Amino acid sequence: MYQILKKQTLNANTKLMVIDAPHVARKAEPGQFIILRVSEDGERIPLTIADYNRETGAVTIIFQEVGATTMALGALNEGDCLHDFVGPLGKASELEGLKKVAVVGGGLGCAIAYPQAKKLHEMGCEVDLIAGFRNKDIIILEDEMKAASTNLYIMTDDGSNGNKGFVTDKLKELIDAGNQYDAVIAIGPMIMMKFVSEVTRPYGIKTIVSMNTIMVDGTGMCGGCRLTVGGETKFACVDGPDFDGHLVDFDSAMRRGAMYKAQEKQAVERREDHCNLYKMEVK
Amino acid sequence: MANMNPNKMPMPEQAPDVRNKNFDEVTLGYTPEMAIEEAQRCLNCKHKPCITGCPVQVKIPEFIALVAEGKFLEAAAKIKETSSLPAVCGRVCPQETQCEQKCVRGIKGEPVAIGRLERFVADYAREHGEEKPVKPASNGHKCAIVGAGPAGLTCAGDLARMGYEVTVFEALHTAGGVLMYGIPEFRLPKEIVQKEIDTLKDLGVEFVLNFVVGRSETIDELFEDGYEAIFVGSGAGLPSFLGVPGENANGVYSANEYLTRINLMKAYKDGSDTPIFHAHKVAVVGGGNVAMDAARCAKRMGAEEVYIVYRRSEKELPARLEEIHHAKEEGIVFKFLTAPLEVLSDENYNVTGMKCQQMELGEPDASGRRRPVPVEGSEFTLDLDCVIAAIGTSPNPLIRHTTPGLDTNRKGCIIADDEHGITSKDGVFAGGDAVTGAATVILAMGAGKRAAAAMDEYIKNKQ
Repeated sequence: MYQILKKQTLNANTKLMVIDAPHVARKAEPGQFIILRVSEDGERIPLTIADYNRETGAVTIIFQEVGATTMALGALNEGDCLHDFVGPLGKASELEGLKKVAVVGGGLGCAIAYPQAKKLHEMGCEVDLIAGFRNKDIIILEDEMKAASTNLYIMTDDGSNGNKGFVTDKLKELIDAGNQYDAVIAIGPMIMMKFVSEVTRPYGIKTIVSMNTIMVDGTGMCGGCRLTVGGETKFACVDGPDFDGHLVDFDSAMRRGAMYKAQEKQAVERREDHCNLYKMEVK
Repeated sequence: MANMNPNKMPMPEQAPDVRNKNFDEVTLGYTPEMAIEEAQRCLNCKHKPCITGCPVQVKIPEFIALVAEGKFLEAAAKIKETSSLPAVCGRVCPQETQCEQKCVRGIKGEPVAIGRLERFVADYAREHGEEKPVKPASNGHKCAIVGAGPAGLTCAGDLARMGYEVTVFEALHTAGGVLMYGIPEFRLPKEIVQKEIDTLKDLGVEFVLNFVVGRSETIDELFEDGYEAIFVGSGAGLPSFLGVPGENANGVYSANEYLTRINLMKAYKDGSDTPIFHAHKVAVVGGGNVAMDAARCAKRMGAEEVYIVYRRSEKELPARLEEIHHAKEEGIVFKFLTAPLEVLSDENYNVTGMKCQQMELGEPDASGRRRPVPVEGSEFTLDLDCVIAAIGTSPNPLIRHTTPGLDTNRKGCIIADDEHGITSKDGVFAGGDAVTGAATVILAMGAGKRAAAAMDEYIKNKQ
């Protein structure tokens, strides 16, 4: 079993958990992910590895409580166990040889971009980290991001932290100011990664995106995670999750991502009904 | 005097229009009386041709003779001398091309129902206090098995019986491989598979789930951990898609994904957290057992119209006869000599249909089967909201990409000799779909069995 060693609330619906999973910690690299099940008969959900410690065998995950499974996960506490936790899955990000990089994270994507930034920073690479949030109340990992970057730019949609604008605005500004990036690494909602790729395309800057698709097994077996990249079908789980942002067909990926929206909503409603029933019984 | 009835004792089953709405097992199995009567059809002939048709050489006439005498537990023990999964094989083996094809009774009339008898015996033993196997004394040597499917389970069972310390590494959260994620509950109840796995645990086999060899650890690292021989039975899990426009639309599944969601992830149960399309009009492309399973699942999930779209004719269908027969009874519509051209979808990217083309059979191709050739101007459209591709799978590349020195062929299959499963890498053996490409449960079991013997010899010779 995979014990929750630590649980921390990062903002209203974003939580961090450190899980005891030595097999995963031993091999994990930035860019890779795990699949977990909260309980027997539960859904398998993929989550990016946010951090790892090879010595202690601990793996950090950060998630938003948006669906039935992530809500169930968020309801667990330190000392509880996850039913299943498998990884590391997917290919590690290719970071070798990069000297100056812009890492762009959107919302929860910042948690996912953090290990890349950290590793690049440790390798002596110059890292401009651009993080975007809706408002200042939901900013997460600020200290960690600061420590893992040369320059940190936190943008908010509403300007509540005094820095109004989208990550794409800041990225374009930095490029236009003469920053020569070897690569831009963009991680976050698909729509954000699409627009980041559009910003960098005219400049010809290599842009790496991390595709968070629907998947079941995560080992190449189901094909549910398939994407069109450069006109070819690729599996996010084994060919990715990193892909060249200039080649990904984001529009079809986003439509596939919405495939189970109705059912996901039903699952959340079922869970809420269940919880309300439970509350009534307690009374 | 043998029972000279030319026909097999029929096996009771759920009525078609009842069973196509539930996931309970279709066939109900023989009663003891039926089994004894059917067993008496065996002539116990001198040459025992049936055994030569069995990939794991079950002592067929001997176990059937015991059934005829009503000694069911002894019959089960006789089968288990050579087969580790009789309750599974009795249900999913293509007997008509194996043991039963060779049966002398098949010359004039139907062969002895060897598969049904095997199933009866295994079920009887399970339900009537068959003794738990005892873990043999350890010989102090460690073997690793990669993949808990039919090949790996068989190999593990045989090695454990010889006294080896066996660890099975499985990527999914459940052992069983295709027996768990692929073959549906109504054809192979998961409780039966679990029972077979529990038997291996009683023999001392250790299962490490959620462990992806190639990612969690490589083959070379398993050797460093002290395993002296490793069997790779990682299967052929990578699905092929149709290669036609529109196949990434919402509502197009690989059979692997569709079946995994239903079987492994229990999407068929009310209130399951696993999302799946509850489609109304489904086309399954392909003609093998997996295609039949997917089509019959779709029907049970509530689809009103389910088609099997197959580009050759009925004669070439590779599925087991029983599955084809059952599928037809359950209302699956077969579109033979039909090939998909394009998956059509609406502005929301949801499947609305499939453009197809009529085919005719031309000259035989490399497989010896007549090649389907398109008929000019024969295009037509099927109205659909779901398309399932069941046109085959190939081995997962993870192990070949992370194991230096392990040779594979053009199709990505591990190169291993059929007799012993010996690969190009010292100490590594392989068998099942990882070597042959997608095939059957019993062939994988046969390969696992032969590899276990070869691994035993390999370790003994090293000492």
